[in-house]
Amino acid sequence: MTAILEVKDLQIAFGGVKAVDGLSFSAHEREIIAVIGPNGAGKTSAFNCITGFYKPTSGSVLLNGLDTTGKRPADIAAAGVSRTFQNLRLFPDLTVLDNVRAGMHLYGGQNWADAILHTPRFKRSEAMYTEEAHHWLDFVSFEGARGVPVRNLSYGQQKRVEIARALARKADLLLLDEPAAGLNYSEKQQLLALCRRIRDLGTAIVLIEHDMGLVMELSERIIVMNFGREIAVGTPAEVKANPAVIEAYLGKDDEGVQSNGDA
Amino acid sequence: MSENVDSTQAPRKIGPPLSRISRLFESKQLGWVALGGALLAPFVTATPYSLNVMTTAAIFVLLASGLNIVVGYCGLLDLGYIAFMAVGAYTAGILSKSFDLPLIFTIPAVLVMTILAGLIIGAPTLRLRSDYLAIVTLGFGEITRITANNLTITGGPSGIFGIPGLLTIGRFDVQQPAVLYYVTVLVVALFVLASARLGKSRLGRAWRFVREDEDAAEAMGIHTYKVKLLAYIFGAIWGGCGGVLFAAHLSAVSPQSFIFLQSALVLMAVVLGGMGNMRGVVIGALVISLLPELLRDLAAQRYLAFGLLLVIVMVFRPQGFWPARGYERDRGSDGADEAAVARGESR
Repeated sequence: MTAILEVKDLQIAFGGVKAVDGLSFSAHEREIIAVIGPNGAGKTSAFNCITGFYKPTSGSVLLNGLDTTGKRPADIAAAGVSRTFQNLRLFPDLTVLDNVRAGMHLYGGQNWADAILHTPRFKRSEAMYTEEAHHWLDFVSFEGARGVPVRNLSYGQQKRVEIARALARKADLLLLDEPAAGLNYSEKQQLLALCRRIRDLGTAIVLIEHDMGLVMELSERIIVMNFGREIAVGTPAEVKANPAVIEAYLGKDDEGVQSNGDA
Repeated sequence: MSENVDSTQAPRKIGPPLSRISRLFESKQLGWVALGGALLAPFVTATPYSLNVMTTAAIFVLLASGLNIVVGYCGLLDLGYIAFMAVGAYTAGILSKSFDLPLIFTIPAVLVMTILAGLIIGAPTLRLRSDYLAIVTLGFGEITRITANNLTITGGPSGIFGIPGLLTIGRFDVQQPAVLYYVTVLVVALFVLASARLGKSRLGRAWRFVREDEDAAEAMGIHTYKVKLLAYIFGAIWGGCGGVLFAAHLSAVSPQSFIFLQSALVLMAVVLGGMGNMRGVVIGALVISLLPELLRDLAAQRYLAFGLLLVIVMVFRPQGFWPARGYERDRGSDGADEAAVARGESR
């Protein structure tokens, strides 16, 4: 099975600070991978390198076998990756439907001349955009008005819209940056189910998350980062028992500290 | 994160406030009503003076609808927009005068020149945002005017005179004021419609995505530089065609017509009318171009009154007369749920 995402020895430095220092991992179809680590460990920097928002200092990123290192974010998105952001990055004044339509920009189906002349192709294309937007909003179980600006929605609803927008891209790889942040218990349970439904579409998911309960339950593989380096990798059980991980989260203690799995 | 917290506390609007009046404003027939009004206007008053004012106003509407693409849809603050009109007017004027062509045959050349101008201003400024972009476009506008003022081919400060008419077929001359007015209104109506349709398309949405959040748009696979360049190019085409009509209307082109104040007035029309909403922008353009004429009785004080009215409007309605409506029809063929919400709110 070829990897959808292959990250090799990724490094990025800001001045003297090495935010990501030699990260390597790969993601396959229908795989859920969690990247965890203390704040400032370089998780989001790694995401930004993969999606092209930062240019890596060295190392390479391969998407479906294609080298996308240092390309523009839009080209990398076209190569098959979609993402959400740590702090919501929706288009606040636009409607819920329009926000989801943003994910479908690459579908094409019409050009500016079609738009000016309102050709049948344009009408078909617009109908498709609307239908698909509703489909993805249904998929993330978005309940609420869809023709209103997203700024009017609650935080939890906005998070769902952002995931729907990322899904509408129909990418092979979905990067979720702290999807559970700010959600309550029942919303987290729904997120868990949603991630599994996304995986069942054949999509690989890489997520950054601080909620250990969610990470342990959801992910097949966990990559633990600290100071830009990968300090451990493995199944939830392996990572939980890894002394280096316990040290990174709880600090060194001579008497030995037991992980309670909810650092 | 504080913003996120705020958004949960903000009063939630569940549905769009669709009253009977707002539904009337959103109706598709409104454009026909406006066109009908413009076509009937000469039957109310058809003095040479009023036809002159109305033709100027129609051209101004075309300019505002072009700038709305750049500023309203795409959010690129352009303070030198009138330069595109200058490029169009000069290209048309010079060609038609030197080859004794009717103006209408210069349009292909005008398109090429204005697209070039759009690329020249667009390409180097793509990395710039807001205030920096405004300064560069301001400079571009002034460079264009000063160049026209100094070149021999553009006729220097006195410009070009005696430009042939738009078109003459046998004894029928489009150049008669009333005919020219009707031609102008029809051309402008087509451009306004095209601009409104572009706004509601894949490209128009891409412009709005770029305006709202460039990084998020990039992450969705939108090439922000291409999209911004297209906004410039479309804006330039609209401006250039405005220039051709301008040259036809005055049969003369001179640098004084392309001073910074003109760019500022077009921008004012867009902001006053409601950025991003074509209907609002048309109204804004009509107000900006017709109000000084309607205030002519005030003689020396008319620009004082004009300025005061603009300040008052901006203080009490900063979003413009008729801003872009952030709502659209929800699922359901007749938008029944929306209507229910609207009824519930009105009670």
